[in-house]
Amino acid sequence: MIAIIDYKAGNLTSVARAVNHLGFPCTVTNDIAAIRRAQRIIFPGVGAAGAAMSSLKQLGLDEVLTEQAAAGKPILGICIGSQVIMNHSAENDTPCLGLIAGRVAAFGSGHTDENGRSLKIPHMGWNRIRIRSDHPFLAGIGPEDEFYFVHGFYPVPDDPRAVLATSDYGLSFASVIGQGHLVATQFHLEKSGRPGLRMLDNFCTWNPSD
Amino acid sequence: MLSKRIIPCLDVRDGRTTKGIRFKDNVDIGDPVAMARFYYEAGADEIVFYDITASHERRGIMIDVVRRVAETIFIPFSVGGGVRTLEDMREVLLAGAEKVSVNSAAVRNPGIIARGAEAFGSQCIVLGMDVKQVSRSADIPSGYEVVINGGRTYTGIDAIEWAQRAEKLGAGEICLNSIDADGTQEGYELNLTSRISTQAGIPVIASGGAGRPEHLRDVLTVGRADAALIASMVHYGSHTIAGIKSYLKQCGIAVRPCS
Repeated sequence: MIAIIDYKAGNLTSVARAVNHLGFPCTVTNDIAAIRRAQRIIFPGVGAAGAAMSSLKQLGLDEVLTEQAAAGKPILGICIGSQVIMNHSAENDTPCLGLIAGRVAAFGSGHTDENGRSLKIPHMGWNRIRIRSDHPFLAGIGPEDEFYFVHGFYPVPDDPRAVLATSDYGLSFASVIGQGHLVATQFHLEKSGRPGLRMLDNFCTWNPSD
Repeated sequence: MLSKRIIPCLDVRDGRTTKGIRFKDNVDIGDPVAMARFYYEAGADEIVFYDITASHERRGIMIDVVRRVAETIFIPFSVGGGVRTLEDMREVLLAGAEKVSVNSAAVRNPGIIARGAEAFGSQCIVLGMDVKQVSRSADIPSGYEVVINGGRTYTGIDAIEWAQRAEKLGAGEICLNSIDADGTQEGYELNLTSRISTQAGIPVIASGGAGRPEHLRDVLTVGRADAALIASMVHYGSHTIAGIKSYLKQCGIAVRPCS
C-alpha cells in the first residue's frame, strides 16, 4: 500500500488517480498508523510553504515523516512536497523538515530570459529536465520529455549530489532532487502525461535497498 | 524554457460535446471523456471544457464529466461556463480539474476572483474575458471593450484595465477571447493580445479565430501569447495537434513533443 499524505494542501485526488491508473493500491490519509504501515509514501501538495508546514505540524505529520525518512522508507515529494523537505523556505520565512540539507529560494522579480524579456512568475507550464545523475527514478526519461510546472520557489540542496535533474527558467534550478530513499520533483508528475506517469511508475516499483 | 501550450477547447451541453466533431477511429464524438482522451493522446498540453448547459440545476452532469475526465487524462484541464460562486469553483476543483475559469460572474462580482484565489490559490483561477473592438473613448481608452452574454451585452469596461485589475485581484491566468475573431477561422486578434500579454505578469491564452497553423504561429510570436486555444480546426479534422506542433517547431517556436 502507498500512503498519499493528506495535509489539506491541494489536489491530492489527482495523485491518487494517477497511482490507481498505474495499478498500484494507495490510500489518501493523515492517519499516522496507516502511514507507518505503508510500504511507500507520497507527499504531494500545492500552496504556500508556511500553510503546508503548519498543517503538517497540526496533524503531527512532520514527526512521522522525519521518522519514516530515517527508517529508510521510499518517499516521493511533489511540488510543495519537494520544498518543505529542505531546511528552510524563503516563502513566508518558514523553517521546514530538513530531510535534505538546503534551502528554498524564490524566482526573483526582474527575472529575464536569454532575450532580456521579463519572465512571468510563477513558472507555469511545460518544461524539460536535464538529468544530472543516473537514478532508477529517472529510468526511461529522455531529454525531449517535458513536465508540468506551477511554482514560484525552488529547492537548493547544499550537496550538489542531491540534484538529480535541473530545468531552465531564466536560471538553472533543481527540478528533481533525491538523497537515500527520498526523491522529489518540483513539477507535477501526475499531470505530466506519459513521462510523468513513467516516473511515478518508477517510484512505485523502486527498491532502494537493491 | 517554457513551451508554448496548445489547448483544444470542448463545448459541453448536458454532458455531451456540441460541435459536430468529425472523428474516425471509434471515438464517440459526442462524449467529452472520449474526446478528452483522444486529445490527451494526440499531444494536447491542456484541455479546456466550456459548459454551456443552460440550466443551473443540471450542473451536476458536468461535475460527473469532470470526475471521469480526471480519471482518464493526466495533463491539466480547466472548466468554465456557469461558474458563479465559490461553491461552484470548489465542486469543479474537487472533481479533479486543475483550474476553473470565471467570465461574466467576475464582471458582475470581481470579488469572486479574490475569494477564489485565496481559497484555492491563484494558479487555479483563470479569468475568461470576451472582448470586442470599439471606438476609443474616455471610458474605453484601449479601443477594446469587455462584453458578456456571448457578446450581446457591453459592460463599459476597458479590456486592458480589466486584465490589470483581475491580475491584482489574484487571477493566475487570462484567457482572452476576441468576439470579432471567434468563429471566423481567419486568425487570432493580435493587437490587444500582444498589449495584454506584454504588460501582464501572468500567462495569457489567446482564443478565437484559429483556422490554420500560421495563425498559431502569429499569436505566439507577434501576439506574445503563452498559449493558444483551438477548436474547429482540430474538431473537424482539417488539422491535427501533431501537424500544428510540427509546423510551430519548424518556425522555431518551443512546443512539447506529442508522445
